[in-house]
Amino acid sequence: MSVITLERRADLPPGVQGRATPRVPLPRLARLRAFALPAVLLLLWQSLTSAGVFPDYLLPAPAVVANELLALAAGGVLAEHIAITVWRVAVGFAAGALAATLLGALTGYSSSARAYLDPTLQALKAVPSLAWVPLFILWFGIFEASKITLIGVGVFFPVYLNLMSGIQSTDRKLVEVARVNGLGRFDLIRRILIPATLPSYLTGLRSGLALGWMFVIAAELMGASQGLGFLMIDGQMTGRPAIIIGALLLFAVAGKLSDALIAAAARRLTAWQDGYGASQESGRA
Amino acid sequence: MLDISQLSKTFADGGGLTHTALEGVDLRIGDREIVSLVGTSGCGKSTLLRLVCGLDQPTGGDIRLEGRPVTGPSPNVGMVFQEPRLMPWLSVTENVRLALLDLARREQDRRIADALEKVGLADFASALPRQLSGGMAQRVAIARALVRQPSVLLLDEPFSALDSFTRLKLQDHLVELWEREGFTLILVTHDVEEAVVLSDRVVVLRGHPGRIHREVDVDQPRPRSRTAVEVQRLKEEIIASLDLS
Repeated sequence: MSVITLERRADLPPGVQGRATPRVPLPRLARLRAFALPAVLLLLWQSLTSAGVFPDYLLPAPAVVANELLALAAGGVLAEHIAITVWRVAVGFAAGALAATLLGALTGYSSSARAYLDPTLQALKAVPSLAWVPLFILWFGIFEASKITLIGVGVFFPVYLNLMSGIQSTDRKLVEVARVNGLGRFDLIRRILIPATLPSYLTGLRSGLALGWMFVIAAELMGASQGLGFLMIDGQMTGRPAIIIGALLLFAVAGKLSDALIAAAARRLTAWQDGYGASQESGRA
Repeated sequence: MLDISQLSKTFADGGGLTHTALEGVDLRIGDREIVSLVGTSGCGKSTLLRLVCGLDQPTGGDIRLEGRPVTGPSPNVGMVFQEPRLMPWLSVTENVRLALLDLARREQDRRIADALEKVGLADFASALPRQLSGGMAQRVAIARALVRQPSVLLLDEPFSALDSFTRLKLQDHLVELWEREGFTLILVTHDVEEAVVLSDRVVVLRGHPGRIHREVDVDQPRPRSRTAVEVQRLKEEIIASLDLS
C-alpha cells in the first residue's frame, strides 16, 4: 500500500497548519489613514472661516464649535443629551431587531409563514416610516414610547428583509449535504442555516442601526426636551450654529462607533468567509 | 447487491411541462463492484445517482439495496458530489462530523480521526475549507462520505474540477480506499479513460430520456496502466458508442 502524499500549501507552514491564518495587526501609522480626510476637511473649514468666506452666524470656526461643546460638557448637560439619545436608539434598535429576527426567521424558514405574513409586511414597508409619526404620537403620546416605536419600525425592515432573503438564498447544494447525511431539523438550522445566513443578517443589523440613528433625529426634532436632536432644534431656535454643528459631529461619532461594534462582531463571526476584503487584509500583512 | 429495475424519472416543471430524464433502467451491481456511468450531458447519469442515494424519488420502478427498497438517504449509501460541498464555516473535523451526528461524541471523534487519517488529512483536522486546495477539499468530502462505512459509495463526477495531476492522484487514492474498505463504488464521469481505468464495468447511457445503451466489462488486473493497449482499446470502443454526433 502506497503512502499518500499530502498536498501542502505554501501558506500553511507546519506550525500554523490547521489554524486560521493569524491576522497581523497593521502598523500604527497605517491605521491613521482613516483620519487623513477628516483632518483635511478640518483644515479647509478653519481656513475658510478665518479667511472670512462665511460669516460667523452661518459657519463658526472649529474652535468656536469645540468651545460650545466643552461648555455644554462642563455642566454635565451634554452627557445627559447624549445618554438619552443613545438610550432611545439602543432600546428602539433592540425592539425592532428582535421583532425582525423572529419574523424574518419564520418567513425565511417556512414557506407557508411567508405566504401568510410577507405580503402584509412588504405592504407596511411601502409606508414611508415617518408617515407613522402622527399615529404613534396619537397612540403613544409625545414621550418615549412613540419615539422608541418609530425607531423600532425603522430598524425592523432592513433586518427582516436581510434575514429572510439570507435564509432563502442558502446554497441548495449545502442543504442537500444535510439531507444526504440525515441531519434533523435542529441540526440543519444550527449547523447550516444560521451560519449561512449570518453575513446577510449582520448586514441587515448594520443597515437597521443606521436607520435607527436617522429616526432618533426625526423623533427628537418633532418634540423632545432632551437629546442630540433637541440640541439641534435648540441651536436653530436660538441662532447658535455652533451647537447644531457640534451635535452633527456627535451624531457622526456615535453612529460610527456603534457601527464599528457590529462590524467588529461581524468580522469575528464570519472569519471563515473567503471574500475579496479578506484577501486584501492578508495580502497587506 | 444493488438492484435497479425499470427505473424511470420524470421531472415536472412549474408550467405543466414534463421532462423525462431516465426510462426503463435495469442495472444490477454486485458487492464490491466498481461501476462507471458514462454518457453525454443530459443522458440522466447524475439523475440515476441522485435516485440511488435517495435525494430524489423515482417516478417508476424501484431500487433495492440488500433487498430493501431505497426510500431516502441512508448512512449505508455515501455520496460525493462534483464540488466538495464543505460548509465554509466549519473546520475539516466539523464538516466530517455532519455525517455522524446521531452517534455518541466520543465515537464521532474516533471515527473522524480515523477517516481523516485514511484520506491523508490528519494534519488538517482544524483547517477551514478556504485553506484547502481543491484536491484536499474533495478528499474531505470523500472522508465525510466514507466515515459511516457505507456499503455503497456514489461519486458524481468527483474529479472533474481538478487539475489532471491531482485527478490521477485521487483516482489512485480512491482505488486504494476501495481495496481497503470493500464498498461498492458507482462513479459518474465524463472521462472515459477514468471509467476504464477504475471500473469493473462501464455502463453507457444514451438518449433523451436516458436508457442503458450498453455495458462493457473491463477484465483487466489492477493496478491498471492508463497507456495499456487494452485500456486504450476499450476507451476507443466506448467513445465510439457514446453517439457524440
